[in-house]
Amino acid sequence: MNLTLFLLFPLFTALAILFAQNLKQIRSIALAGSLLQLGLAVKLLLAYNAERSAGNKSQMLFEYIQDWFAPIHLQYHIGVDGISIAMILLTSFIVVAGILVSWTMETLSKEFFFLLILLSLGAYGFFISLDIFTMFFFLEVAVIPKFLLIGIWGSGKKEYSAMKLALMLMGGSALIMVGIFGIYFSSHTATGAHTFDLLLLSKMNIPIEIQKMFFPFAFIGFGIFTAIFPFHTWVPDGHASAPTAASMFLAGISMKLGGYGCLRVATFLMPDAAHAYSWLIILLATIAIIYGAFATMMQTDLKYINAYSSVSHCGFVLLGIGMLTQTSITGAVMQMVSHGLMTALFFAAIGMIYSRTHTRMVAQLGGLLKIMPFISTVFVIAGLSSLGLPGFSGFVSEMTVFMGSWQNTDNMYRLATILACASIVVTAVYILRAAGKTIMGPITNSHYEQLTDASWNEKFAAIVLISGILIVGMAPFLLINLIQPGTEIIINKLGVAINH
Amino acid sequence: MLNEYLQVLKSEWLLIAIIFILLFIKVGSKEWKNETLLYSINFLLLLNLIAGYFYNLPGSLFNGMYFSNDLIFLQKNILNLGMYLVSLIAYPWLKEHKHLLEFYILILSTLLGMFFMISSGNMLIFYLGLELSTIPLAALANFDLEKRKSSEAAFKMIISSAFSSALMLLGISFLYGVTGTLFFSELATLIHGGPMEIFVFILILGGFSFKMSVVPFHLWTADVYEGAPVAVTAYLSVISKSAILFIFMTVMFTVFRNLEPQWYFMIFLLSVLTILIGNLFAIRQNNMKRFLAFSSIAQVGFVLLGLSGVSKIGMTSVIYFLLIYLFSNLAAFGVVALVSATTGKENIDDFKGFYKTNPFLSWVLAIALFSLAGVPPTAGFFGKFFLIMSGAERGNYVWIIFAALNMIISFYYYLRVVKAIFMDQNETPIKTIMVPALPKLAMAICLLGIICTGFLSWIYDAIFNLCNF
Repeated sequence: MNLTLFLLFPLFTALAILFAQNLKQIRSIALAGSLLQLGLAVKLLLAYNAERSAGNKSQMLFEYIQDWFAPIHLQYHIGVDGISIAMILLTSFIVVAGILVSWTMETLSKEFFFLLILLSLGAYGFFISLDIFTMFFFLEVAVIPKFLLIGIWGSGKKEYSAMKLALMLMGGSALIMVGIFGIYFSSHTATGAHTFDLLLLSKMNIPIEIQKMFFPFAFIGFGIFTAIFPFHTWVPDGHASAPTAASMFLAGISMKLGGYGCLRVATFLMPDAAHAYSWLIILLATIAIIYGAFATMMQTDLKYINAYSSVSHCGFVLLGIGMLTQTSITGAVMQMVSHGLMTALFFAAIGMIYSRTHTRMVAQLGGLLKIMPFISTVFVIAGLSSLGLPGFSGFVSEMTVFMGSWQNTDNMYRLATILACASIVVTAVYILRAAGKTIMGPITNSHYEQLTDASWNEKFAAIVLISGILIVGMAPFLLINLIQPGTEIIINKLGVAINH
Repeated sequence: MLNEYLQVLKSEWLLIAIIFILLFIKVGSKEWKNETLLYSINFLLLLNLIAGYFYNLPGSLFNGMYFSNDLIFLQKNILNLGMYLVSLIAYPWLKEHKHLLEFYILILSTLLGMFFMISSGNMLIFYLGLELSTIPLAALANFDLEKRKSSEAAFKMIISSAFSSALMLLGISFLYGVTGTLFFSELATLIHGGPMEIFVFILILGGFSFKMSVVPFHLWTADVYEGAPVAVTAYLSVISKSAILFIFMTVMFTVFRNLEPQWYFMIFLLSVLTILIGNLFAIRQNNMKRFLAFSSIAQVGFVLLGLSGVSKIGMTSVIYFLLIYLFSNLAAFGVVALVSATTGKENIDDFKGFYKTNPFLSWVLAIALFSLAGVPPTAGFFGKFFLIMSGAERGNYVWIIFAALNMIISFYYYLRVVKAIFMDQNETPIKTIMVPALPKLAMAICLLGIICTGFLSWIYDAIFNLCNF
């Protein structure tokens, strides 16, 4: 299977959009392109499973190496393992849903869909890269589309939010860049040259002093993308101001780039430092979880509610990574997938409500279940998944993180686990309150009675995401089996680090 | 022998030929229409650019006063390309200008001076080339003949370059006094780091810093850039700067190679100051030309960072970056020149709502700015990454972290312009501008360069193979 197709498909879709004549053509091309991506992702999953069941034990599959900048030993090196496939699948689900919910986007539609596809290109490229330079490259490719999507099509104080997001993410990139240089110049291949190659780097033992110096750069750099406390402030503003599809992409895909990078680059390549700094990661993650949950309680705008709850939920990802046990890291990856799907669904539902009622304030909404039963159901499903109801993806992933965290026997770590667990109660409070006020109760505004329920494209989008949530929630072993080999390797590397 | 004079000096002969053709047209009695003239001159420049790739003979002439190798031919080709692009984007402005022949004669003379400067093997030829490339530029800065600001710019330019030339000349005289020779190859072995030599070095570095507008020698830059016509500003900020950086690199890496432990720290300080001051002042600018002036000051700081690597990678990265910088900056100046020539507007505020009326130009400007900011997928990302990487090889992470943080600041002010173009509302946006064919060609070339130069690694490889470090 040729992984470069994951770059070529979005690229050609984007180019085709540039040459499209009218809205109808543009969105058909975008949808066709995104469905092709989804098909490709599913095909990749099947091919991967076939290889694995045929007994292929290599760390990465479908590898491809091509010299790029030869003088500095920079290669175009791609390949996937289970973790990247889970992320690629997540991306393709959200891209399809995102295109569908923006079906009626009429202002500058060509640019809008072009940028969405460009964003997805960055995400795919990031997940298939096995070279820290190309990873960094694709990570940054996604920044400009985000800036423009929020700034042009957003609502509220969009310029401010777009600028804040772009600068903070750029700050993250700057830190990552320093980290990358640190790793690069401490590496020595057999020929004495430096390398950016992730697999080669993972086989070398970077000296512990260097790890300790550059781990914070890489981890916090990627952490900014996944809303590490205290650098989470771009999340609420960015998500709240973005148009629906962009919010879905941001929360569903973009924040996962950070989590994946923390795991793949920072933790995997610098395991000693990961052990040394794990207390700090746990501390920041626990603060993010609790602070995010309580901050959500104070919000009155639906998008802010979901954005702050994303801070809290992404805290679980970092908590799982910081605990450094196999179960917790598996849980962190699952939480990335689960959070991606359910936030995207949540934002889609909020977008559908907003496009009809033109308000996102909880106080002004009410009784929507009677008027738009489908959208309200979607909203409730997203909410329940978010608060971790068994049967949905949120439950299994958070449960796995907690179990993995409890395996870490240090008392302070257990305290952090308990505190993080307790936040679920707070989550239940704000989710149920928001859902209860908007969905149930009397209809607050008589205009609402004329509103229509979801159109076909919105239903389709919601069903795509809900099916993802249910698959993860009902049959978590599918996902666990997929990512297990990948996490095992990371854990082995971490175990080696503990022993010397 | 004659053949050798023809081939080794080929680039110079071609320019001299074009200058003479233009001179004959000027003194001839036939009246030419401006547009015909412009098309023919651009055609000549295109021929000159293409001819730069053939029959290049490396060699040295005049007892080593002048030498040329493949790398120098490449540098000259880059400058030729820049000259061609500047000439294309100057079209809307020159179309109405009465003295366009003089413009070309002057600007080609400066280019000729730069060629001699790059090829010099001796401090005297170097100085001669430098002066030939500076004095006509002062006249060019004054080429908006009716504008007061333009004359002011020319005056500032001539005074400050005279000052810096004097510094440099003093340095060169002392150098001769200390070592008894002015040939680069001999100087390299004679300099060992005595106090007088360091003093000489500081004088020469000061002279260079003026020309490269490195902080604290940058004060002339913004005013000159603002006052001069846009095409001249583009020329100053791209071609003139690249040429001086090329020769600066040669001088640092050959003549003052032994002083490297001393100059590393000086370059460090200069670079940090340059990046910081350039960035902080760029934030406050409202005039597009001043804004680009300060941003280009900051870019030089990054070049110094790459240069400090003192390695083959560093040398390659600097040339590669300058090529990308040429495309990016000229694309930005192309749009600014066109808008300024057709509407007279040059402020960032005027660009508010620009996207509604001029989508093509907006994208060109935005992509150019992204490339200057170093954001992928534009080539600027590769350029800047490799520059910082070659600096990082020395392990001076204070500098690297500083540069990385400053990339955020620069990102902010570039995005400010992008925000004005795409997001801000404006009651009276700039009207839709018809883009004439020649500037359109220039923008297309620049865009192609910005998008492709990064991915096409063979460009980097080719430069790497030419660098004889």
